[in-house]
Amino acid sequence: MFDAAADVELDTRGLLCPLPVIRTQDRIRTLADGTTLDVLATDPGVLHDIPAWCRVHGHEFLDSTQADRELRLRLRVCKKP
Amino acid sequence: MDEQHKAVALISGGLDSMLAAKVIMEQGIHVEGINFFTGFCVEGHTHAIRQRDRARPKRNNALWVAEQLGIKLHIIDVIDEYKDVLLNPKHGYGKHLNPCLDCKIFMVNKALAWSFMEDNGFDFIITGEVIGQRPMSQRKETMPIIARESGADDRLLRPLCARNLPPTLPEREGWIDRTKLYDFHGRNRKPQIELATKFGFTDWAQPAGGCCFLTDEQYSAKLTDLWTAHGPREYELDDIMLLKVGRHIRPAANFKLIIGREDGENRYLEGYRKQFTSLYSTSHNGPLCLIDGNASRDDVALAARILARYSQGRSADLVSVCVQHLGGVDEQLSVAPLAPADLLEEWHV
Repeated sequence: MFDAAADVELDTRGLLCPLPVIRTQDRIRTLADGTTLDVLATDPGVLHDIPAWCRVHGHEFLDSTQADRELRLRLRVCKKP
Repeated sequence: MDEQHKAVALISGGLDSMLAAKVIMEQGIHVEGINFFTGFCVEGHTHAIRQRDRARPKRNNALWVAEQLGIKLHIIDVIDEYKDVLLNPKHGYGKHLNPCLDCKIFMVNKALAWSFMEDNGFDFIITGEVIGQRPMSQRKETMPIIARESGADDRLLRPLCARNLPPTLPEREGWIDRTKLYDFHGRNRKPQIELATKFGFTDWAQPAGGCCFLTDEQYSAKLTDLWTAHGPREYELDDIMLLKVGRHIRPAANFKLIIGREDGENRYLEGYRKQFTSLYSTSHNGPLCLIDGNASRDDVALAARILARYSQGRSADLVSVCVQHLGGVDEQLSVAPLAPADLLEEWHV
């Protein structure tokens, strides 16, 4: 578990990739630089796809945790040019 | 200093679109990728479902390509809009239910609309098309149809076969040096592999049977069956997802069974237990079964016997089956597993 809550939480549980990535992409579009976002998911594919998506877009992937089959991925929005 | 021109590249995750984007990047163009999720994509969902596929790399190939190229990739959900492409293809279907030409027109049009909507000043669109590579959508006569009907016209550049086609706007304006584009044609993959080697690419996706379920004979048969059973030719995402999973057995027009083939599929089907009547054995290990349709009590009893046939109790005299009806009412049945000879071949969708 993370010590503190993220600024924003996005629930993609039950969705299979690439839908969690698409929902993350759409949510981040509305968030300000520096905002932390937790993505909740059940598809283990997110452990690869969301960090990869962050890398190509320059956002910061911070960490992930898992409890049972539920995953929580934390990102920080980076909109610097 | 000259203005840097910008191109949107349709990135499927395969080799050709990766090479097309790279060829244009080599000419100093700023390239960003776009990838469309129709719901019929083979990758993504499917590798997460089946247990036997869990050892395979779980990468999204389009994202992986974007990383190799060092470009941004925008993944767009077109599930709803794609329905009209599949249900009413102006140019018809390919061998199965694949509306490849309409699909390409749709995707180039969406890329065009996206590039305007984002207001990022993209100048043209790139695809990895090669003349003669695909029997339906990648032919010399379909190239101008795609350009015209997508609305992209001469802002659509196919770097891998551009020298077999009339010069496009980026070539005429001098943004792109036509002599550094290619004249690939036909189904021979050797030129692409040589170009990949030249660029230093050592790995790329080679999806067996293509990247779209609609080109698959069995999947198309299941989709046809779904439309026949449901009446109108419509679908929701869950409908088309469930066609990718399990054995589909239709003993009668009014109901179909979806039976998990292994643990990964059983877990996936569990997510649908609130939407369907479901069955599982309580006396033996076995799969989860969903009933799609309006099943009578006799139908449910037959479903239980079929389920028992696929459980480890297939040789037992009786198998206990729990039926969870919609609304949460559980029913216990004790049934004899259906004999193999009674499970008719024509029931398998």
